[in-house]
Amino acid sequence: MGSVINYPGWEVVIGLEVHTQLKTKSKIFSGASTEFGLEPNTQASSVDLGLPGVLPVANLEAARMAVKFGLAIDAHINRTNVFARKNYFYPDLPKGYQISQMDLPIVGEGKLTISTANGEKVIGITRAHLEEDAGKSLHEDFQGMTGIDLNRAGTPLLEIVSEPDMRSAAEAVAYLRKLHSLVTYLEICDGNMQEGSFRCDANVSVRPVDQKELGTRTESKNINSFRFVERAIDYEIERQIDLIEDGGTVVQETRLYDPDKHETRSMRSKEEAHDYRYFPDPDLPPMILEKSFIDNIRQSLPELPEAKFIRFVEDYKLNEEDATLLTSTRPIADYYEQVVNLSEADAKVTANWITGELFAALNNNDLEIQQSPVSAEQFAALLNRVADNTLSGKMAKQVFTALWKKEGQVDDIIEKQGLKQITDSGTIESIVDEVLTRCTEQVQQHKDGNEKVFGFFVGQVMQASKGKANPGKVNQLLKTKLNQ
Amino acid sequence: MTISNEDVQKIARLARLEVSEEQATKFSDELEKILHLVEKLKACDTTSVEPMTHPFDAALLLREDAVTEVNQRDKFQAIAPATQDGLYLVPKVLD
Repeated sequence: MGSVINYPGWEVVIGLEVHTQLKTKSKIFSGASTEFGLEPNTQASSVDLGLPGVLPVANLEAARMAVKFGLAIDAHINRTNVFARKNYFYPDLPKGYQISQMDLPIVGEGKLTISTANGEKVIGITRAHLEEDAGKSLHEDFQGMTGIDLNRAGTPLLEIVSEPDMRSAAEAVAYLRKLHSLVTYLEICDGNMQEGSFRCDANVSVRPVDQKELGTRTESKNINSFRFVERAIDYEIERQIDLIEDGGTVVQETRLYDPDKHETRSMRSKEEAHDYRYFPDPDLPPMILEKSFIDNIRQSLPELPEAKFIRFVEDYKLNEEDATLLTSTRPIADYYEQVVNLSEADAKVTANWITGELFAALNNNDLEIQQSPVSAEQFAALLNRVADNTLSGKMAKQVFTALWKKEGQVDDIIEKQGLKQITDSGTIESIVDEVLTRCTEQVQQHKDGNEKVFGFFVGQVMQASKGKANPGKVNQLLKTKLNQ
Repeated sequence: MTISNEDVQKIARLARLEVSEEQATKFSDELEKILHLVEKLKACDTTSVEPMTHPFDAALLLREDAVTEVNQRDKFQAIAPATQDGLYLVPKVLD
């Protein structure tokens, strides 16, 4: 997490609007597929195209996912909620309005607790409402025209609106990460920021510390990575402070974040751009949710990140740092628990291997744990061979590298690379004896009180055993023999 | 409540409609009459009435999440004014 930048004399106020694409199979108001990356317009049905005479039919799963989220943030669920039309003209919105929710969203007020540099902080969530995504405009030149792909049009979105409760870019990122973790834990969103499944708009304003009323805010759009959120917000904070200190005023406007230049710039502010003239959609009567429907969802909620964190600390005796890392996403937590269940190794040792060796390899190759070439089963098998003393730690790392390169199963690799550790005391003793007989000079140095030479003997024995002697036993035998 | 010609022009602009001054005068007059009716309705005591968002006393029907549509791009694009590489083409949009 980035460091908190201080702006003496100023208070920063940030609220985030996050659009999460719900991972339903079909769209929110049509039976077209929501699959990403297919040929343009092959998933745009008559409803998604806004052809005359068609009617929207709402997707039950989208409602279920929204309620799931609402329950997870301890929010009030509006058992009667209403779809409304948000009117504006843009070619990737063929109907001339977006079906959204205004006065009665499905999810009301809730909260999310984040960790900050100064401890825990509760961030209020104002609301979360269902709406349809728009299509995509391709501004490359098509004979002087714009190309429109409506495959994305109608993909269900849950727009999650926070209270202006964050006071630094770092807090905003912490909130965003927490939210990301939550929606992926709940399996309502795949969280893929590159593909636009989880998008963030940041409302930022600044005010002198002694001022009560909020400053004028701007909305920065197009922020599609955690790193960019932090940079875009910090850029915007500095821009606003500089502007006010130079005697200017902040204009309420929408700004676009440019990740190449690391700056936000004003989108040509359109006259009456914000006059959306919302009204209840006459095509869609109010959604009425039965209490039993909500209760069923409540009972099927998965274990949430906080609860998992506490359980990991208690059951697996992990420290908070490891527990945080291992519960940061559901796939990581699942992987860890699978390895723990399948192997004889200690849960803490397993945690060290996963946060150490595996995370390093994943980072170096820019992979998510779901893409790990080493499966949880293989990892468990590897740790079993450490637990039963077949492999030393160093050998296990060698086997891990081979597993990563898909060179085979653990026992095959051990066999092929001749990595079996020598644990038999008799065999190690004879190697130790051989070394001590050969290196009389160093034995004398040790007798004269040079403790440092001990490492030399360990090295010699390990070399003579081609690295296969169990280091613990080597140390033990050397100590006994040298002190005789 | 009075509706000026500017009000009419503003609403027309939001709806991307072209309205002449002559039409604007006519519409402002008509809209004022409609709003006058609304004023009359507002005079009724509705304190005990729950607001409705929809004219029918109906609940939304929800469908199971299943892909039921097939690709009909060729048919849809056959009636589009301009297409290329599977995209619908529209006059250039500037952000």
